[in-house]
Parts: sequence; structure tokens; C-alpha cells
Amino acid sequence: MKIHEFQAKELLADYGLPIPPGQVATTPEEARAAAERIGSTVVVKAQVLVGGRGKAGGVKLAATPDEAAEKAAAILGMDIKGITVQRVLIAQAVDIATEIYLGVILDRTAKAITIMASAEGGVEIEEVAQESPENIHRIHVHPLAGYADYQGRQLAFDVGIPSALSREFGRIVKILVQALTENDGELVEINPLVITEDGTIQCIDAKINLDDNALYRHKELAALRDLAEEEPAEQAAREAGLSFVKLDGSIGCVVNGAGLAMATMDTIKLSGGSPANFLDIGGGARAESVENALRIILDDENVNAVLFNIFGGITRCDEVARGIVSALPSLPRQVPLVVRLVGTNQAEGRAILEEAGIVAADTMQAASQEVVRVSAPPMEAGA
Amino acid sequence: MSILVDENTRLLVQGITGREGTFHTEQMVQYGTQVVAGVTPGRGGQTACGAPVFNTVAQAVRETGANVSIIFVPGPFAPDAIVEAVDAGIPFVVCISEHIPVQDMLRAYHYVNIKGARLQGPNCPGLISPGKAKVGIMAGDIHIPGPVGVVSRSGTLTYEVVSHLTGQDVGQSTVVGIGGDPVIGTGFIDVLRMFEEDADTEAVVMIGEIGGTDEEEAAAFIKDHMTKPVVGFIAGRTAPPEKRMGHAGAIVSGGVGTAESKMAALRAAGVDVADFPREAALLAAERIP
Repeated sequence: MKIHEFQAKELLADYGLPIPPGQVATTPEEARAAAERIGSTVVVKAQVLVGGRGKAGGVKLAATPDEAAEKAAAILGMDIKGITVQRVLIAQAVDIATEIYLGVILDRTAKAITIMASAEGGVEIEEVAQESPENIHRIHVHPLAGYADYQGRQLAFDVGIPSALSREFGRIVKILVQALTENDGELVEINPLVITEDGTIQCIDAKINLDDNALYRHKELAALRDLAEEEPAEQAAREAGLSFVKLDGSIGCVVNGAGLAMATMDTIKLSGGSPANFLDIGGGARAESVENALRIILDDENVNAVLFNIFGGITRCDEVARGIVSALPSLPRQVPLVVRLVGTNQAEGRAILEEAGIVAADTMQAASQEVVRVSAPPMEAGA
Repeated sequence: MSILVDENTRLLVQGITGREGTFHTEQMVQYGTQVVAGVTPGRGGQTACGAPVFNTVAQAVRETGANVSIIFVPGPFAPDAIVEAVDAGIPFVVCISEHIPVQDMLRAYHYVNIKGARLQGPNCPGLISPGKAKVGIMAGDIHIPGPVGVVSRSGTLTYEVVSHLTGQDVGQSTVVGIGGDPVIGTGFIDVLRMFEEDADTEAVVMIGEIGGTDEEEAAAFIKDHMTKPVVGFIAGRTAPPEKRMGHAGAIVSGGVGTAESKMAALRAAGVDVADFPREAALLAAERIP
């Protein structure tokens, strides 16, 4: 789960990180008032959970409170990668001499907490990794040993932090590791961390991604979830306990198991169709989950056919078939269904489906071809 | 032969009295796995699925000689169960539980290594050596004994491939589901090495998916160390970037972890990469010497 810059900054400021004063505004008037309080040049920053807001025009300098109000008026309501800006952060501007990247991640490959730093601050780290990977310095914190102070010092020297600031840099690194650990972050990133003209360090942007599996023990952080930035269908799916990702195709998919769900999407694509979603319905595939899944999928008007791919295994196919049949009458609209159902009690399952007039396919490939055929995308209808 | 589990496996079930634990223990017993003990704190002295229940893993190991443990406790409690198992001297721990905080898993991962034990999972379906032992939640009856080793990050996708192998009368030596989390105990390379050394495994099917770089690292290992044929399948080539596809570990992030990169790495290592799960089974059947 991602949280906003202003939320990340509040959290990190509590740990004692040097963060320029700032305030959130939802109207130009609030922006003006915030700039007045700060009393110097400010930056007006769109608060959205997607990257690239600077390039999209969502970050502007303002020398006066009036200008802050004007810039806020332009940014509020702006669309950035499909997200409407509802809040801006008004933050004190600083005189930047040097920009540094500093990030701490839970590193699946290294099986450690990895601290990354680069002298190329202000640029996305992925870009640096592509173009000049030798400029990224990494230090691994062993999960059992924990952070050692030398690691921050070493990183300061690696990145070329002026000697007078290396102690302060080390303090910041230590705090980031602590913040990641205590809040179950997947990533805590300061980009850029700046050295100002007058020789201090300031953290002028902050990003925190949290481990969803650990939110149960951070109720206050879980409450920060911004529902306005979630795809409504994905939100509905999460509430129904389904694992769902919306795509832009026309064939809805209901599958049990994440790997099989991905393979089903791929097979649809290789069969000439385009999947409308990823959906893992889980082990049971009871009538209620089938109904929720279909309702969420059919809410997408692009969807004109649905493929069920259920590998029964321990789940009984007759139960799944009953789930599908009982969900049908309450659906918002009817589209062709193709069902591929194998595993325990598959004969009984298929009999139930056939009685309800639903096509049952033998294999994944046959089912994919069939669903592509019946979905008949309107764009290609005349071709 | 087979790897990791066989007729000598003496299985302990942690969380045996829970809903999932009881259901799957019954299935494992029915398959013929020797379930020698269960552990549920506070339920010591009872019996579950025909096995004695103990309060602690240490006591269960002392009294029954259990040598493999399978964990069904809820995610937040699973790292504790893993540590308890290795502290009691269990050499091989299979963790089925999902939704474990990554940070807890990192600590457990290293602790298991320090103790010289092996962990499989978490968030995995377990493993099966057909005809010998089932230590997991897969349907036993789709498997038959034979020469193909299967290693996979997925559950039902593995059943899909296995059912096509079995459908052609091609059996499996051991089928290992390593799990869909970002941090897992036993990886592709560990299992590939064991299959390479296993006299009865003649070919291997490796089923990967988007996220991380484990498949790329496995490809390098295959190139340098595997003499047995390997067939690959990668799920998720239509997955959008920066979106988690069900499994916590299945995410293309910052351009890392794409299906294309994994398929290219495997192909460069001489692995036949199938487009469809069924094709993976057919290719494996052809590769058996």
C-alpha cells in the first residue's frame, strides 16, 4: 500500500528527519494561507500516488502567497495518469546545491534490508539503474544483526557527502532503516535528499510503500489508504476478498489460483483475444464469490464474454458448477460464458452446467479459443 | 527415488486442529503419508486425524521422531512456528501459510539457514513424491510416480501441468511448489540441484512467473550445472507493470521481473520454453531419455 508524500513526511518528521515545513491544501485559499504562514518561496506539489507528477506539471514554485494560490488552482483538479489531484502540499522551498538519492527497501533478492544511495538525486532510481548502475551504492543490513552505524558512514563516503555532513547523513540513514523496520515498509525513499547552499541537509521528497501483509499490526497506517485513487472495481474486489486487477481487454476471467489466472490471461492473448482482468477466486469458488466476481467483471462495459478456468483439485467441480449456475439469475447483464472445469467430480459438474445451457470446454486452450470466438470484439467485426 | 519427502517421511503438522490443518491432514493420511504427530498449544494429549497432539514441537519430536513439519497456522503466527520447528531440530519445514509480513519472513529465513535446516514456502502448496508421500494441499490423485521433476512458484498452474503429464502416462519423481511470496526458503536453484542429483529424475519442468529475478538466476544455474533436460513455462506475460498479480511476489517493479526477461534468460540457457501449460508437459514428455 502506498501513502502520500505529505503523510510520509509527517511520519518521518516525527522520527527527527530534517524536512522543510509544509501544509496540505485542498483549495487555492488554503494554499495561499499555507504560503503566508511559511513566509517564503514555496513549492506547490500535487499529492497523487503515481510517479512522474513533476513531468506532468504537478509541481510548481511560487514566490508569493498569491502565486501559490494561482499554482494550486491550476494543479488541483488536474489529471495525472488518470488520477484527479485533490490535494496539494505547500512546502517551503530550499536553495539546492546538490541532490542525492537515498532509499531503503526490503530486498527480495538480497534477502536483506538494502540501503541504496546515488549522487544522481532527483532522477528516478530505475532510470539510474538502467543508465549508470555503477553510480548506485548499496549496503545490505542483515535482518538478524540489524543496522550498524558504520554502514551509514560508509555510504556517506561512497556517495561523496562532504565530511562535515557525513555524521548527519549517517543519522538520516539510520532513521530511514528504523522507520522501515518499525512501520513494516517495503520502501522508504528520499528523492531528492538535498544539500542546501548554506550547507545543511534537507529531505524534500518522501515516499513510503507499506507491506500489505503487515497492515494488520499498523491500524493507523492502514487507515491512510486513499480510496479515491483506487480503481473502483479493484476496491470492490478487495472488499469481497477477491484478488483482482483490471486490464483493458474485453474477456473477463475467473480463475482459481494466481499462477493459473496469469497463464489464462496469457492464453487468451495468444489465442487472439484480450483479457479484461486478472481474478483469483481462491480455493472454494462458492456461489457467493462467483457472484461477486461476475458482478465486478460485468461492471466493466468492455467485457463481452467471460471465461471460467477452474482446476478443481481438492475443490469439488460440482460445487463450483452449482456456484456458477446459482449466480446467473442475479447478474446485471448476460454475456456468453465459457467454462473450463476439471478435477474432482468433473462429470457431475459438467452435467450441472449443461443443464443450465453453459458451454463446458475440455482444455484451457480450447476454452480460450472458444471465448475469443464468442466475444467477437466490435473493432474487428467488419474485418 | 525422489527428493525431500518419501516413504521415510515422518510428518508433524503444526496447526493440526485448525480448519485447514484438519482437512489437509486427513487428505495426507488418506494418501498414505505417515503423519506421526500434530501440535496445537493447549491441546496436548488429544488426538487429531489419528495422530497424537502435543503442546510443543520439541515434545512431539522427542516422542515421535518426526523429521518433516508442515505449517498451517495463520500467517502472523507462522514465523514463530517456523522458528519453533527448527529449534526442535526438524530438518525440513514446509510452510503453507500465506500473508506473512515480509520482514518477519526475512528474519525466519536467515534463522533457518543458521540452524542448517531447510524451509519450503511460505505461501506454497507443499510437495509430493507420488506414491510415497504427500506433504501439502495438492490433489493426490492427479499425480503418478515417474521420471519428471516439477518445480513451481504456483499452485493450480502446477496441477494443470501435472495433469497433462499424467494424462500422457508420464509420471513425476517429486513435484515441489516453492511458493509465491517475495521471500521464500527453498528456491528454484535448490530444487534444480536436487533433481540433477536424483537418480530417478530424468527431466525437469520449471514453472515461473513474473516478479523478482529468481528465474534468471535459475537459468544461469541450468546453463552451468544441469545435464538433465529442463522445460520452462513463465506465467504473466500479459500482466501490467507495478501491479501485484495475486501472489505477493508476482509484480513487475521498476522494469524488473518481466516474463520476457525470464523467457529470454531460460532460452539462452538452452531451456525449451512453452507458450501454454499443456505444451510444457508435452515437451517434457519428449525430453525423457
